[in-house]
Amino acid sequence: MSHAAIHDQHDDHHGAPKNFFQRWCMSTNHKDIGTLYLIFALTMFFIGGSFAMVIRAELFKPGLQLVQPYFFNEMTTMHALVMIFGAIMPAFVGLGNWMIPLMVGAPDMALPRMNNLSFWILPFAFALLLSTLFMPGGGPAGGWTMYPPLSLQSDSLAYVVFAIHLMGISSIMGAINIIATILNMRAPGMDLLKMPVFVWSWLITAFLLIAVMPVLAGAVTMLLTDKYFGTNFFNPGGGGDPVLYQHIFWFFGHPEVYIMILPAFGIISEVIPTFARKPIFGYKAMVFAIASIAFLSFIVWAHHMFAVGLPLGADIFFMYATMLIAVPTGVKVFNWVATMWGGSMTFETPMLFAVAFVILFTIGGFSGLMLALVPADFQYQDTYFVVAHFHYVLVTGALFAIISATYYWLPKWSGRMYSEFWGKMHFWNSVIWVNVLFFPQHFLGLAGMPRRIPDYNVAFANFNMISSIGGFLFGASQLIFLGVLIHGVFFSKKKATERVWEGAKGLEWTIPSPAPHHTFDVPPVIHDEELAHGNVNA
Amino acid sequence: MSQQHDAYFVPARSYWPFVAAVVMFTTMFGAAHWLNASPGEAGFGKTVWLVGMVGVLAMFFGWFRSVIRESLAGNYNHQVDTSFRMGMMWFIFSEVMFFGAFFGALFYIRMFSVPWLGGEGHGVLTHQFLWSDYAASWGASGGNGPERLGGPFQTVSAWGLPLLNTLILLSSSVTVTIAHHALRAGHRGKILWFLGLTVLLGALFVNFQAHEYIEAYHELNLTLHSGVYGSTFFLLTGFHGLHVTLGTIMLAVIWFRVLKGHFSKDHHFGFEAVAWYWHFVDVVWLGLFLFVYIL
Repeated sequence: MSHAAIHDQHDDHHGAPKNFFQRWCMSTNHKDIGTLYLIFALTMFFIGGSFAMVIRAELFKPGLQLVQPYFFNEMTTMHALVMIFGAIMPAFVGLGNWMIPLMVGAPDMALPRMNNLSFWILPFAFALLLSTLFMPGGGPAGGWTMYPPLSLQSDSLAYVVFAIHLMGISSIMGAINIIATILNMRAPGMDLLKMPVFVWSWLITAFLLIAVMPVLAGAVTMLLTDKYFGTNFFNPGGGGDPVLYQHIFWFFGHPEVYIMILPAFGIISEVIPTFARKPIFGYKAMVFAIASIAFLSFIVWAHHMFAVGLPLGADIFFMYATMLIAVPTGVKVFNWVATMWGGSMTFETPMLFAVAFVILFTIGGFSGLMLALVPADFQYQDTYFVVAHFHYVLVTGALFAIISATYYWLPKWSGRMYSEFWGKMHFWNSVIWVNVLFFPQHFLGLAGMPRRIPDYNVAFANFNMISSIGGFLFGASQLIFLGVLIHGVFFSKKKATERVWEGAKGLEWTIPSPAPHHTFDVPPVIHDEELAHGNVNA
Repeated sequence: MSQQHDAYFVPARSYWPFVAAVVMFTTMFGAAHWLNASPGEAGFGKTVWLVGMVGVLAMFFGWFRSVIRESLAGNYNHQVDTSFRMGMMWFIFSEVMFFGAFFGALFYIRMFSVPWLGGEGHGVLTHQFLWSDYAASWGASGGNGPERLGGPFQTVSAWGLPLLNTLILLSSSVTVTIAHHALRAGHRGKILWFLGLTVLLGALFVNFQAHEYIEAYHELNLTLHSGVYGSTFFLLTGFHGLHVTLGTIMLAVIWFRVLKGHFSKDHHFGFEAVAWYWHFVDVVWLGLFLFVYIL
């Protein structure tokens, strides 16, 4: 009896319950909750994507074409909020939910009911947020950063603030759960410095989430009281300062940026060793690099505000601190390349996305370095150069990593192999069109085209048209993804093996495919050579 | 069954998390609607909010009841206990960061935005051309913005009620610790006395805080509208007061659970979690006393 998991209900021993509500709304199962998160994220990805299509359609030609300027601003604001809080973050939490217990040999998450609550808050929070689009007065249109005084003019502010409170509660509980799982539920012998890099990246990300989501909650609460209760935090007439909001917001916002990329680093650090058939190069350096990036993320926030009129000393401090981040990030890129060096590489779809990640994320990193330079940023601030930069790190960075992870682990989840041909079709279409979409935006930004504007000078017409064509085709390419997923989950005839990939190592590949409803009821015995990254202490 | 101490425990399915998500949504949706109702309008937002709040209370009651039953049934082994402890610790850390946002705002306003508006440093031109009648003093009557923002006001003296409240909270920290030691020694009567005293001290604190607010509004003309002084004063002390209120309710619940004999010498996470929370609230108050009232 010792070391066996105890489940309160007898049917738990045999698999998932048949009743729909019981299985999905009352779940305490990390795999089911992970699936819910992933489906939710995919849905939000297409909703947020459709907003982006509106934006690119309006910008296809100069002049007001399709939508009113206010609606255009609603679209840019909602596109960001939905993609950040609805697609990227829940996708990572879903992957964490599915894979962390399997990777550390735990039977489930540490706090399974709270896990279910973390998920179920999200659909309601987004119902609250998206409902504003259908209300008189419309949704938020002041940008996702909600800078006062502009954001205070919208009647939707209360809905947005409360939706953000709900998302924050969800994220904090999700993060607490992940930390407790990693620190308390590992199988005996799975030492901290033997864990897969993905698990490490989530441990550090969860810390960031708990540290900064409450700060965002505080910032938007001040917005709420400024608008509805007569406080003066952001009103200079009363001794406040709108720039104060930007400081508090970006104290959250910059770690948030790393919340959206560190788990991606973890994923890439799993995929590349598998398909290069070599353990990761410099395991400990990878872990310490993630930790240093997380630490630095707390002292760089004002690089989002160089042009706002900070004292010169502050500009210079934040410039150097920001450039320092290039060091640990460089370590990571170097180690990924070094992992591939001399490996017996094959290029299945997950690996293709991972390799594209390394190249394209690095482009986003370099444009970030350019933006970190105060004198250069005075020119680039609020132009399409910034848009190009963060879409390179978020789309070809975070999103490509999520897609790579989906192809990588999908056979483990569903027990069926997806279609490699259509996976590659998805990859090549995505990687070509995403560059057609975002690369010209660098040029637009350097030429001075401002972001968040529905109309523009005719001088910018050609590049905008190219960018829009890329946008439509990149959007359409994601329908291939949807098709591959539906086929790979329900219809594919090709069964997946336990190990799935020839070079795959780690605990998650020792259980059957599809993963049974309950795994590791009895803690696995850890053999160092079979760990994801080999015997890292050898 | 004693072997179970080494075993994993995965709790049974429960509808409470889903109910929690629904009632939280109801509350937030109602509140947002209520805030947007035009003055005098009989908006349905308030009703929805009330329904939501009742739902939240019912949800807490039901969820905790099921958890307490499982705990009494002996389902929670050492590993579950550790997960709970980590959960509470990190929750308190998130609360620290929440207060950090408001303390950060206070420091920024006092160190930067008020002096800059008064013409210090690189705020010379801002002061001269935009806010030339702005007197950059902190807390003095009318010094925190043009008089139309709430009018002249006086500040609450640190050495009256706030000092008393400081002593009350500090003593309550001592009494809750005595109760904890009594729990570990197994003296139920002593626990009930000292835990009860802690609850009373908490209630007394909230009561004095309410008096202070009434005095501030009616006699000192210190309101939410009193420039940033009023904003920071009421939001910091208000959120703290809310936490003390919640903490007092939690302590009262624990008192009843002690009465019913729910805790044993070495298995009383519920007690400890509330005690940690209470100490956290106490430490935040010390920060408030120093930075909001004294300095």
